[in-house]
Amino acid sequence: MTKQFDNHLGIIGWLGGGRWGIERYLYIIHRVAGLGVLLFFMMHIFESSVRVFGPDRWNAAMNFLDSPFFKLGEFVVYCGFAFHALNGLRLILIELGFAVGKAEEPVYPYRSSIDVQRPLMIVVMVMAAVVILAGGMNIFVLD
Amino acid sequence: MEQLKTVPITFYIRRFDPETDEEPQVRPYLLQVEKGMTVLDCLHRIKEEQDQSLAFRFSCRMGVCGSCAMLINGRPMLACNSQTLDLTDSVLTVAALPNFNIIRDLVPDLVPMFDVHQRVKPYIIRKDALEMETPSSEYFQSPHQLEEFLQFTYCIKCGVCMAACPTMATDRQYPGPMPLTQIYRYNTDSRDDGGGERKDLAAKSRGVFGCHYAGECSNACPKGVDPARAIQLLKRDLVRDYLNLGKAHPCAKTHPLPSDVERKPRIEAPPFTAGV
Repeated sequence: MTKQFDNHLGIIGWLGGGRWGIERYLYIIHRVAGLGVLLFFMMHIFESSVRVFGPDRWNAAMNFLDSPFFKLGEFVVYCGFAFHALNGLRLILIELGFAVGKAEEPVYPYRSSIDVQRPLMIVVMVMAAVVILAGGMNIFVLD
Repeated sequence: MEQLKTVPITFYIRRFDPETDEEPQVRPYLLQVEKGMTVLDCLHRIKEEQDQSLAFRFSCRMGVCGSCAMLINGRPMLACNSQTLDLTDSVLTVAALPNFNIIRDLVPDLVPMFDVHQRVKPYIIRKDALEMETPSSEYFQSPHQLEEFLQFTYCIKCGVCMAACPTMATDRQYPGPMPLTQIYRYNTDSRDDGGGERKDLAAKSRGVFGCHYAGECSNACPKGVDPARAIQLLKRDLVRDYLNLGKAHPCAKTHPLPSDVERKPRIEAPPFTAGV
């Protein structure tokens, strides 16, 4: 067989599509946020497990984590969680066929299911922004 | 006659010769482009006037056959369906469709896509094999039943959706938007009874649920087929089927064959008419 060049984009295929619809950006952020929240959970389990080494170790760990850097990190994790949860609800609705519309005759300029679900996407993103702002107030102002 | 105004456009074409190259290389070609020239027209002119070794695939030149899909200015589209001066006024990049191996220059290897398409069994499957093999008459189908899948029959298998899909970029086990759309198209066809035979491919762990709705397939599709919609509706049907929530739709019937009519009768060939 003649030699062929493997032209699969790999991870660049996720990140390199930035000139198209906003749903592609949401797709990327959703995946990155999911991986980030998973990483946080693992770090959180590790951090909580310090308790078994006694109160001194635990207090030392708490003092180490009580810094503006980790507070910012906490906010970033919260943003990832809020976005992933709300966008996940949007995806569940879409994947159950609720927000994509019915098959229709393609007449140029084509209107796809992406356009049909866009109002839902806007509502979800506004809700995510409100939840993130409220969380930010709680972490940085009220806390 | 007034001469058409031309615009100098530099085409950066990603070339790959399997006999000499390890990796594709981008080569520039300067071309005077007139209004009305498609990217495919420009590639033909480059091949005729500048470099006869340039390889690309084409056939109908009017957006029907799906042969000339390629990556133009970073976006998968049909070269014959793209007006060059609508895309740029100075520079245009052209490369082979991503997420497929490159055979040469702008020619992708579409065989893996058609292999999956074949596994989907993209044809009407009936439980009544006698009627399927030797049909007695047409199947009943209402306009409403036709509308449920008609949009997805316009697919020309050009591979644009496969190249645009971010899941395809990282998961080689994922069937891709085109075959999944065809699963939905045939499962929804009221004449078809073969949903069970296609379920394994659709419902497997890296099947239809590998789609996370980036929506690029529908944005890129040159025929308005909307694979993203078909995939989500297929997911819905699979979930309903799993939870036993869906209503069973009986397969479309045919006119009952009268008892005195032979099924698929042998038709005599016309007499030999040499010299007429």
